[in-house]
Amino acid sequence: MIAFIGRRALLAIPTLIFISFISFVIIQLPPGDYVTSYAAQLRQQGDYISIAQEAIMRQNLGLNDPILVQYWRWISNIVFRGDFGHSLEWNAPVGSLIWDRLALTLAISSLSLVFTWIIAIPVGVYSATRQYSILDHLFTVFGFLGKGVPDFLLALILMWIGFMYLHIDVGGLFSPQYQNAPWSWDKVVNLLSHLWIPLVVLATGGAAGLIRVMRANMLDELGKPYVETAYAQGLSERQVVWNYPVRVALNPFISTVGWSLPALFSGDVITAVVLNLPTTGPLLLQALKMQDMYLAGSFILILSVFTVIGTLVSDILLAWFDPRIRYA
Amino acid sequence: MGNSIMTNSMPENRLLELDNVQVQFPMREGLVKAVNGVSYHVNKGEVLGIVGESGSGKSITARAIMRLLPKNAKETGGSIRLRPRTGEEFELSALDRNSRAVRKVRGNHIGMIFQEPMTALSPVHTIGTQIMRTVQLHKGLSKADARARAVELLAKVQMPRPAQLVDAYPHQLSGGMRQRAMIALAISCDPSLLIADEPTTALDVTTEAQIIELLKELKSELGMAIVFITHNFGVVADIADRVSVMYLGRIVETADVDDIFYAPKHPYTQALLRSIPRLGVDQGRRLPTIPGMVPDPFSVPNGCAFNPRCIHAVPGLCDTQVPPELRFGSQMSRCHIAEQFAQTEQQEPAHV
Ligand SMILES: Nc1ncnc2c1ncn2[C@@H]1O[C@H](COP(=O)(O)OP(=O)(O)O)[C@@H](O)[C@H]1O
Ligand code: SF4
Ligand SMILES: [Mg+2]
Repeated sequence: MIAFIGRRALLAIPTLIFISFISFVIIQLPPGDYVTSYAAQLRQQGDYISIAQEAIMRQNLGLNDPILVQYWRWISNIVFRGDFGHSLEWNAPVGSLIWDRLALTLAISSLSLVFTWIIAIPVGVYSATRQYSILDHLFTVFGFLGKGVPDFLLALILMWIGFMYLHIDVGGLFSPQYQNAPWSWDKVVNLLSHLWIPLVVLATGGAAGLIRVMRANMLDELGKPYVETAYAQGLSERQVVWNYPVRVALNPFISTVGWSLPALFSGDVITAVVLNLPTTGPLLLQALKMQDMYLAGSFILILSVFTVIGTLVSDILLAWFDPRIRYA
Repeated sequence: MGNSIMTNSMPENRLLELDNVQVQFPMREGLVKAVNGVSYHVNKGEVLGIVGESGSGKSITARAIMRLLPKNAKETGGSIRLRPRTGEEFELSALDRNSRAVRKVRGNHIGMIFQEPMTALSPVHTIGTQIMRTVQLHKGLSKADARARAVELLAKVQMPRPAQLVDAYPHQLSGGMRQRAMIALAISCDPSLLIADEPTTALDVTTEAQIIELLKELKSELGMAIVFITHNFGVVADIADRVSVMYLGRIVETADVDDIFYAPKHPYTQALLRSIPRLGVDQGRRLPTIPGMVPDPFSVPNGCAFNPRCIHAVPGLCDTQVPPELRFGSQMSRCHIAEQFAQTEQQEPAHV
């Protein structure tokens, strides 16, 4: 097992180097650079800078250096000094911009993932073991609705309900008076009263899909001979179902839990914009629009690192869970 | 509890008795009478072979005994009774699939082995874990004792290196070793009855012979009875004391193993016997096959279900009236003209 983990971890390193380089190159790809966008923005505001000024800016920002040099400057600062560079647009260190948001995003993502699982697994198992029962049909309808209604629409509806009927201020994660207040019990309560909408939105979207997957997996597994063997031992239905087919049906979940990290992280951009959440998605969107390359690059890099680490975690979990993979 | 006092009690040495068991599947295409009035019994310590082509209802009958019928199955009649070594009597046919009483029987008084050793064991648990769970459930052993018992059982089924392989996963074992593990699991609580549903069908011939040998040894060592289900007559000769032949949901003939092979009294049994290859004799020669095809289960012929394929069929009788159970000593045949076969004993004795 240790050897397995070691091998996988080693394999991750070249992947990471490759990805980081590619993300840097991709950010450089669009015509023009930050200075071009900056100049365009100034022009829109009726201001303008000369070509010579632009050239000096480029020189100062090191934008004229060969791409490998730029890349090396960028990545070595990150790896050796934890310095993600300077956001050209915000005129602030990238690190100060993203860590808060990253932590929040991670918290919301993992919470909604936990909720998704808490809903999807028991419901999926129930639907499969009581196939075509009334509740199964009900869950099926819920599943289609949950998948069919776009997340941002659900977010809008919940915001409207919260605002009109529950008289709470929605949007964002804190009421204005707590926004910059130090952490306190009241602030936590305030956070929770805002958090439920994104959690419900993200969890229903996810759960709707996962219920269908879990149900299908379970139906597959329930028909397998080893389930009959387990019954033939005298185990009760509950013991059989939860110890045998659920264990196997969960494998696809486990193999994707790592991917849901980056997916939850970037896929909820629209919801996050609608709900005005200070997560990473909206910031990334803005950074990409502005060709704010150190900010965007850092984001893409962190996303990729999460993907690679997530996959690694999935692999390890799956190997731990499923002996057929461990010994393959 | 499901054990009740029987009015007409079973004979002293009787372990299992099926009387007129019926299982049907209502399907869109029609009603499938998968088990259509099956009666058989198993005495303590004996091996009953059940032979029949695929689809004749062997497995569904076995599942009716275990109370593990598919969810869409309807039981429309019959009684199934079991009296294991402990002397308790269970009326299995009255027990619900998930009842506590039947869970006390499964794995404890009746062990079951399935056809597919590849898929019949949980892929994500070691074979030791699976055995331990059963003995802990029924015998209330501690974890350490259960583990010791698992190793002992693996040794008993002649698994190589039992102390190590107790921690092996099914996919690490060969087909034969998996079937040994399956047998160890099935006999883990010293059952009075072992139901083996085509336990060797998926194995190669050498492994098959080893598994049969093992089952015979275990039977005499543990004094358990076996219901051995197969579609292969050759295998039955090796292990069975008595044989029941099934065709389209009915037992058509039951007899001691010698009588089945040397004095079969049902044309279907005779036809099956003729289609077994004999070593040395039939090599390179086409075997006679049974004419016609097994009818589809939605349109079982009237009268004797075998009549369209039977070379002895009597028009006007065989296609209208269901043959009754005719008895010749301990032999039973469901054929209108079984009498004839009793008088003119086989000229050319069938072979083994
Ligand atoms: N779950 C099911 N639904 C419908 N029909 C079934 C089901 N299981 C078995 N049958 C039918 O019951 C008949 C007997 O099946 P089975 O007992 O498995 O035969 P075998 O003698 O090969 O073991 C077959 O005709 C089969 O098609
Ligand atoms: S009853 Fe008639 S059709 Fe059936 S086996 Fe006997 S002779 Fe053949
Ligand atoms: Mg079968």
